[in-house]
Amino acid sequence: MELVYFLIEAAVKVVAVFSVLMLVVAYLTLAERKILGHIQVRYGPNRVGPFGLFQPIADGIKVFFKEEVIPAKADKPLFVIAPMISIVAALSLFAVIPFGDKIEIFGRTVTLTIADLDIGLLYIFGIASLGEYGIVLGGWSGYNKYGLIGALRAAAQMISYEVALGLSVMGVLMISGTLNLVEIVHKQAGGHWNVLYQPFAFIFYLVCALAEINRTPFDMPEADAELACGFNIEYSSMKFALFFMGEYAHLIAVCAIATTLFLGGWHGPFLPPSLSWIWFVVKTGILVYFCIWERGTFPRLRYDQIMKLGWKVLLPLALANIFFTGLIMVLV
Amino acid sequence: MLIKYVPVLFLLVFAIFFAVFAVFFSHILGPKRVNPVKAAPYECGMITLGPTHQTIPIKYYIIAMLFLIFDLEVIFLYPWAVVFRKLGLFGFVEMMIFIFVLLVGFIYVWKKGALEWE
Amino acid sequence: MIPGTLFYWIAFIFTALTAIFAAVMVITRRNPIHSAMFLILNFLCIAVLYLLLNSQFIAIIQVMVYAGAIMMLVIFVIMLLSVEEEKRTYKIRLSPAKVIGVLLVVILFAQLIYGVAQKVVPGEWGEFTPERIAQIGEIKAVGGLLFTRYLFPFEVASILLLVGIIGAVILSKKER
Repeated sequence: MELVYFLIEAAVKVVAVFSVLMLVVAYLTLAERKILGHIQVRYGPNRVGPFGLFQPIADGIKVFFKEEVIPAKADKPLFVIAPMISIVAALSLFAVIPFGDKIEIFGRTVTLTIADLDIGLLYIFGIASLGEYGIVLGGWSGYNKYGLIGALRAAAQMISYEVALGLSVMGVLMISGTLNLVEIVHKQAGGHWNVLYQPFAFIFYLVCALAEINRTPFDMPEADAELACGFNIEYSSMKFALFFMGEYAHLIAVCAIATTLFLGGWHGPFLPPSLSWIWFVVKTGILVYFCIWERGTFPRLRYDQIMKLGWKVLLPLALANIFFTGLIMVLV
Repeated sequence: MLIKYVPVLFLLVFAIFFAVFAVFFSHILGPKRVNPVKAAPYECGMITLGPTHQTIPIKYYIIAMLFLIFDLEVIFLYPWAVVFRKLGLFGFVEMMIFIFVLLVGFIYVWKKGALEWE
Repeated sequence: MIPGTLFYWIAFIFTALTAIFAAVMVITRRNPIHSAMFLILNFLCIAVLYLLLNSQFIAIIQVMVYAGAIMMLVIFVIMLLSVEEEKRTYKIRLSPAKVIGVLLVVILFAQLIYGVAQKVVPGEWGEFTPERIAQIGEIKAVGGLLFTRYLFPFEVASILLLVGIIGAVILSKKER
């Protein structure tokens, strides 16, 4: 009987996370356009509904009724599967993220995590590395030169920053002594946020994460001016939308992971444990806002500069961070 | 322990269903007016010259190879970081030897110019 | 989920069959990128098999290193060489190498079938039983052993990786 309850609970959590996530992704696209608009002294979308609030719904409906163009020379199966890989990988990242403390529903203690895995952080890196295939195959299968160049750039950039990303979280793991994300959050209780002990690691993580999700200033793979959108150039209709949603879901995921690892997860003052998830949402929201804000501020880096930053700056700095963290922990 | 992975499986199946259904419905609902010009590769209005899948620069290969090696290094670091407190100074020294050996390789790569993106 | 339960067997058989299917597809596809995709599927199935053997750490390493890093390298190499569809050749030439190869394959299969058909040897429980690992945590168990008892192989691995780095640079970088 316990097993049945467990399965029902899991199913409910999956559906809840999925629905909320889809809603957030939809409104994140609107938020990004609005915020960028205000940064550039424009209004942003404001025609569909009050303040353009129904714009994501209109976009969603439009995307279903658009013609899907599959280029004649495209590798059809891969062309169709590539965006699916992208979105499935991005959504799967949310399986291990702890959204809040335990809460009581119907006399049952429910953890606000879909799966509380011992290897939580490695699961995230593993799934994220699989998501890269969506972009590589998407660019390759369309039989388009711009697409292929975009895909190659994206792949080389993502694998370069993956190393620095893995190294930058190592300091947190040394302090916490676990890979389980729920335990990492528990260890930060009482204001002992990891960002206070690992401020440099936090900065490295943010930079690497922006490069991982191909966002400005690292959006070379889809540099509009020279590649005309890059890897997703030949995509239209729903398949394009899946890439788009995958990208935004991935953005939310990296911000949520940053919150979990560095900003104390759901911990915060004033709120009872049952409402602690509000802190998680607030912190993640601030990081997401940062990602949109910096897009409106920074110019795009040149590709050789991106690779140089990843290999010659972030990698040695992250190693130095591990060295000094270890040294201090051993000596003190 | 494995029961913990069942919700992950649920999410995975759910996500796959969502992706397949979304593409399937847009395939049904959207118009289909294919013509040869529309199905040609997009190149800003120009007619494409030559094959698309040409050989790519070897520098991408170097990056992939270096990534593979440094990824392995990072993977050795995960269990080390987790048990770091227990190992203490001994663990710190042995990992620094490990990293030092790889650092020699890293400096070699750097000096050889394999990290230059020309 | 305990080994031996119905659900375990369903999961095992489904994954194993998918792995075999993917493996067959890898060698029969004529487009190398398709082969690579099926190889990724095969690696993922093997990761699930590791998981069914109660080894989460090895499972995720399989995903990260094999399905993630090595296959990315393979795909880069396929793109680097610009390998298009393989030509279909209808004539099969008989050469001594092929005869020996087929013979070896037959012997290998005979051995496999013989080995599987034998009564399964239960084996003795080692120091780390599933209960013990669940108690101390798998990563901690791996780390605790790797950095104490197996310290020497671990340090040798760094030399191996160093050789890999130098090899990659020598193979791909021209002298200036």
